[in-house]
Amino acid sequence: MEIFGISLQGLLSQLLLGLVNGSFYAILSLGLAVIFGLLNVINFAHGALFMMGAVVTWMAMNYFGINYWVMLIVAPLIVGLFGVILERLLLRWIYKLDHLYGLLLTLGLTLLIEGAFRSAYGVSGLGYDTPDLLTGGTNLGFMFLPNYRAWVVVVSITVCFATWFVIEKTKLGAYLRAGTENPRLVEAFGVNVPVMVTLTYAFGAALAAFAGVLSAPIYQVSPLMGQNLIIVVFAVVVIGGMGSIMGSILTGLGLGVIEGLTKVFYPEASSTVVFVIMVIVLLVRPAGLFGKEN
Amino acid sequence: MKYKHTTLALMLAAAGLATTAAHAQQKVVIGFVTDMSSLYSDVEGKGGATAIQMAIDDFGGKALGQPIELLTADHQNKADIAASKAREWIDTQGVTMVFGGTNSGTAIATAKVAQEKKRVYFNNGAGSSALTNEACTPYTVHYAYDTVALAKGTGGAVVDTGGKSWFFLTADYAFGQALEKDTTAVVEAKGGKVAGFVRHPLNASDFSSFLLQAQSSKAQILGLANAGGDTINSIKAAKEFGIDKTMKIAGLLVFLSDIHSLGLKNTAGLLHTTSWYWDKDDASREFANKFFAKMKRMPTDVQAADYSATMTYLKAVAAVKTTDADKVMEYMKKTPINDFFAKNGVIRPDGRMVHDMYLVEAKQLSDSKKPWDYLKIVKTLPGDSVFTTKAESKCALWK
Repeated sequence: MEIFGISLQGLLSQLLLGLVNGSFYAILSLGLAVIFGLLNVINFAHGALFMMGAVVTWMAMNYFGINYWVMLIVAPLIVGLFGVILERLLLRWIYKLDHLYGLLLTLGLTLLIEGAFRSAYGVSGLGYDTPDLLTGGTNLGFMFLPNYRAWVVVVSITVCFATWFVIEKTKLGAYLRAGTENPRLVEAFGVNVPVMVTLTYAFGAALAAFAGVLSAPIYQVSPLMGQNLIIVVFAVVVIGGMGSIMGSILTGLGLGVIEGLTKVFYPEASSTVVFVIMVIVLLVRPAGLFGKEN
Repeated sequence: MKYKHTTLALMLAAAGLATTAAHAQQKVVIGFVTDMSSLYSDVEGKGGATAIQMAIDDFGGKALGQPIELLTADHQNKADIAASKAREWIDTQGVTMVFGGTNSGTAIATAKVAQEKKRVYFNNGAGSSALTNEACTPYTVHYAYDTVALAKGTGGAVVDTGGKSWFFLTADYAFGQALEKDTTAVVEAKGGKVAGFVRHPLNASDFSSFLLQAQSSKAQILGLANAGGDTINSIKAAKEFGIDKTMKIAGLLVFLSDIHSLGLKNTAGLLHTTSWYWDKDDASREFANKFFAKMKRMPTDVQAADYSATMTYLKAVAAVKTTDADKVMEYMKKTPINDFFAKNGVIRPDGRMVHDMYLVEAKQLSDSKKPWDYLKIVKTLPGDSVFTTKAESKCALWK
């Protein structure tokens, strides 16, 4: 059976691959959405934090022999801590200013971080082996799916929905949301809002690093790996609607799939299709697909 | 009317002054514009600038009685940045030789600027054979390798060993398309066929989707018509998806930095063509060790060519005692190049530097005895057999 000249098998496998990429988009855009929603900062450093997660994982393995599974927890903690330092030292001074300042500051940070890693490791990247437990693959009939990619989809979707649940459905999440609406009032109830904001940024950074650890065995661990992803991820956030948690998860997954299909039907456009969609969405729904118009 | 005459006189005077300035200006300034920060920067990048500086230092640091100056810039893989940088350097810094770098799109654009401004233009990093073919200029020297040599070298060797049906994974810009076209010609001439191709954007991160398309073509050979970071990620994903079990991978342009990054575990047996290898002979090892002392990496063939090309240019300037591009080019085209990089290298009328290329294979992990011991030379490919021939050439300067 063929659809537009592509076999059904081919199409199914491309959909699945799109979902794998989409889960990276989802987990990264989720972090951006959380940070923007609660801190009002457009965090351009997200790609650099993602890269740090991967590089820290590589360093741990190469210098200290610490394995992937440990780093899946430790790398986000390290990068989260780095996020705390960034927020306390730099970001907190600019909350009252225009968004543009946050964007410039975090972009500058990105250039610094990436530059430092580039001068240390070059750009060709460092190889990171797939953990033994997840090597090999499964023949699904229509394609050979490496086990590791299946793991990435499952674990990122789980993390995404857990985050959504915490923010939208728990008391902690309610504090967070209230803190962004009216920090003074929430402080009056005895909640330490500045600490909450710092931890939120750290959490966003940790999410990016988590995606970085997940990506280490798939891509070469390279100082540029974040750069390649981050622009697309920003488009995902804009399409989904700035600050919308569920919006960024669903848009991330959906755009991964659309991008995957573009790679089959018109591969030359695969790096631009997301931006074409962004333009259309901005024209039709300026607040994004899931955003609320003010 | 009178006013017009005055203007004309002034313009003539100014033009006269400009000419005098050009004659008086004898300082050698090399402007090196390449990818310093993105996917190709390990192939040439800062290491390329270091190699050029090493040549300048070994030459004595001075030419025509004045210190030699080296300017460098990052073109970020954008043709407009490369071309405008070259223009700016020539207009304001008196650059006498434009040294173009990796990325064929930028190279073709910059070569045009050098032609318009009558400056010597060298290139090592860019692959497109168009530089000395459709887009040839009297001032271009394409020194290290090109897509025709890679196609005839690797493509020819693979078809000869039975790889008759090909599928191309092609970087979608000047270089990738040239490499795909040149290799297709070789494959078809030898009785093979091309089952299909897929063109991916430059600096793509995920190749799995393209690779599955290649696999479903049922071709024997997966021809990678890409370079640098793109080649690395293609090979890595091909391993992950088990593509290498059903297809044989032919890396049409593989650099030492790619092998280093992927490791022999992922590349053992990979057949490819290179213009130079650091462990080739004593003279090469000597240069390589000096380079290693500075960069903590062994030089790629492009970086070695950067040294050799700079030396060739400086020797020519010293011999003709001027930086005048026409005179320097005339001297270089009649003087054979003999150093650790090339034996009896010749710069042809079309600007192609013809020298021996090498068909190499990545070693098995167990055969690698020391750091950076990655390649074994399978065959020396005589320059005349791998570069564009006069009959194939479309360059008007070589008719």
